[in-house]
Amino acid sequence: MANAAPMTRSFLQVAATEEVASPLRVVQIEGLVILKIIKHCKEFSPALVTGQLLGLDVGSVLEVTNCFPFPIREEDEEIEADGANYQLEMMRCLREVNVDNNTVGWYQSTLLGSFQTVELIETFMNYQENIRRCVCIIYDPSRSNQGVLALKALKLSDSFMELYRSNNFSGEKLREKNLSWVDIFEEIPIKVSNSALISAFMTELEADTPVTQCDYDRLHLSTKPFMERNVEFLIECMDDLSMEQQKFQFYYRNLSRQQTQQQSWLQKRRAENIARKAAGEEPLPEEDSSNPIFKPVPEPSRLDSFLITNQISNYCNQINGVAGQSLNRLYLTKALHEN
Amino acid sequence: MATPDQTVLQFFPLSTSLSAKVHPVVIFNICDCYVRRPHQAERVIGTLLGSISFDGVVQITNSYAVPHNDSLDQVALDIDYHHNMLLSHQKVNPKEVIVGWYSTGFGVSGGSALIHEFYSKEVQNPVHLTVDTGFKNGEASIKAFISVNLSLGEKQLAAQFQEIPLDLRMIEAERVGFDILKKTMVDKLPNDLEGMESTMERLLAVIDDVYKYVDNVVEGNIAPDNSIGRFISDTIASIPKISPAAFDKLINDTLQDHLLLLYLSSLTRTQLSLAEKLNTAAQIL
Repeated sequence: MANAAPMTRSFLQVAATEEVASPLRVVQIEGLVILKIIKHCKEFSPALVTGQLLGLDVGSVLEVTNCFPFPIREEDEEIEADGANYQLEMMRCLREVNVDNNTVGWYQSTLLGSFQTVELIETFMNYQENIRRCVCIIYDPSRSNQGVLALKALKLSDSFMELYRSNNFSGEKLREKNLSWVDIFEEIPIKVSNSALISAFMTELEADTPVTQCDYDRLHLSTKPFMERNVEFLIECMDDLSMEQQKFQFYYRNLSRQQTQQQSWLQKRRAENIARKAAGEEPLPEEDSSNPIFKPVPEPSRLDSFLITNQISNYCNQINGVAGQSLNRLYLTKALHEN
Repeated sequence: MATPDQTVLQFFPLSTSLSAKVHPVVIFNICDCYVRRPHQAERVIGTLLGSISFDGVVQITNSYAVPHNDSLDQVALDIDYHHNMLLSHQKVNPKEVIVGWYSTGFGVSGGSALIHEFYSKEVQNPVHLTVDTGFKNGEASIKAFISVNLSLGEKQLAAQFQEIPLDLRMIEAERVGFDILKKTMVDKLPNDLEGMESTMERLLAVIDDVYKYVDNVVEGNIAPDNSIGRFISDTIASIPKISPAAFDKLINDTLQDHLLLLYLSSLTRTQLSLAEKLNTAAQIL
């Protein structure tokens, strides 16, 4: 007995030290999950859908071993409760067939990578409350038509989450934390794993043709619709950003106006005080909180502009990627034609 | 002499034009369920979901495992579980209905008829898919069956499983890329340009093959095959004939378009980083 007690304690200690886990480095997804996500997202495209990811948290690797789709969300509250039931029911059922019964995050589809929204952050924070380590997998069905597997694993950075909890996005705070728009989301590298059985099946079943559907998609010359929409979205975002910047300009203008007002008030007060001193009277206080010009002007939150900036840079990346691809293609066509 | 009202021994339905198409996600799911089967269980059984089109093609697009108990001569299926799962699946996608059931193992086994009968109540003429996870013949055999009743007049004598043609819809898997699905571990997803590179390599290899073949035929090393020749000439004919000047203009215009877009996006990025610097600097008033 006496021996057992220290043993358990040391075990607990070990468990406690494990708690301070290494940061999440890799998300390891099963091929099955990829196919399931793609199936769900494609079936409902262009509607945006979500689903739950199940898996295991092993050290710095988050293993995603299964997933299930959510029904399309309705605004009705009754149905919302139904959705929660559905989730529990599904998890229970899957556990019965020995699927990992541990939520590790969620997946969602997106249109041209326009996923950086406040809702995403809110959902992430909700998940984060319950699960220490969670991840969001984003799949873009529109890009897969070009032979790209547009799968991304994202998480919010720790410093951003801290800031989000305090709900303070003033410029000062951001500078203090040294947080810029690049630091909101962290992209985690994805690894794909397959069980040996699946690997064997796929090797068996792979068609003999040297050209696959993926190749056809990639060699498709027309990228115009995709580019067009991308640029369209980009322009919209730019408009939004300039709106945000106008807000800031307005804020600064107000701020500087207030500061000059304060200065002039102070000067007046000082001159008055000197006069009062000369007359042998008590000087008036140099600060007056009841005066409206001392009321601090609320600073607009920078979250929106950060998100829009993120979005814009995402569109830029996509444009660059696709343009690079089509430049390749064009040179290829040229070479072929000359031959 | 056989007259119409005489009792005859016959199969029902006589001949079927049914065929099945299986999506790779189903195979993946079955394999995963098999890997995760309970201790001592030898096989997994589950429900297949999908749709049936009018021309008799059964699309199998989804599946889920159903716990069961295999004893010597009987099979007990957890029917409650089956119904719960079905309801859940229908909430997500009401278009997917039961089309049949699957079991791992090679071909049809003893208890199959019983389960098949159960599924016959759920859906007319269910498909039975078998996936040989044991690689009995040294190959991955996936087969689809339907049940055919042997009846003598009105009286049913027996049921027979008849194999129907099965098509593996690998296009979806191809879209993802076999390179990713084939290996047990892939460290990194290919990005745009890497994918393009491998595609170009494959294209080059294919063109090389064609060249070699044509050269060999011209030199008389290989007997010419008319159908291949026609394919090649069709392919070459499908390249539109454009005058070099027009073609150059076409290519150059598109090139310019893309370069402009690239320029635009770099400009935007510069603008962003500039704006960020200004925004944080403007604080120090």
